[in-house]
Amino acid sequence: MITTTKGNMDEALLEKREGQFEDDNESTAWVEYWDGDEMVHRSVHVHLKKPMISTSEIGGFS
Amino acid sequence: MSNTQAMATSFKGEILSGIHALGTTVIRAGTGADTLKAALYLASATINAATTAYTVTGEVSGTGYSAGGVTVTNATAPTTSGTTGYWTPSASLTYTTVTLTTAFDCVLIYNSTQSNKAISAHTFGSQTVTAGTFTLTMPTSDATNALIRIA
Repeated sequence: MITTTKGNMDEALLEKREGQFEDDNESTAWVEYWDGDEMVHRSVHVHLKKPMISTSEIGGFS
Repeated sequence: MSNTQAMATSFKGEILSGIHALGTTVIRAGTGADTLKAALYLASATINAATTAYTVTGEVSGTGYSAGGVTVTNATAPTTSGTTGYWTPSASLTYTTVTLTTAFDCVLIYNSTQSNKAISAHTFGSQTVTAGTFTLTMPTSDATNALIRIA
């Protein structure tokens, strides 16, 4: 069963569409379920790849 | 032997743990780990390095989404490796059974224990979710890949 905008529906009654995207920042995949020409479910999974970094520096005596 | 000018690596990790108070106005709400949260923002919002705290302005809204977002699982304390201090949430951020029809592309991690002060903003490709689940999985928590690093 798939959670949809119309309540739980049998997956076999729906058209499944999937996609993915990847770059240096993320790896993303999504799945959609369509009931005819209406999208009734879309889930997305994003894997964050790009770290947040802050560099440190100290001062010297001059 | 010789002396080397450096910032102590331990200090970098301890900054993330709130051990040092170099200012005079630091008020800690408690001695335990703070509660962190993660809120999603519309692609039209302006969340960036200048963001000082969680704001409802530009936050997503929709069925199943609670304002303020979800609690970040913070079971692993900041640590150091080499000369880098780092920290990563210990579990994915999951927004279960939500409908977010307006495109969003940013998550703000903030400290709900400390007056919702901002920690970091992370962007990704613009997305919508329909009666589904939005999951953000974390990078490996090490000195090279951790979500937040002080090098």
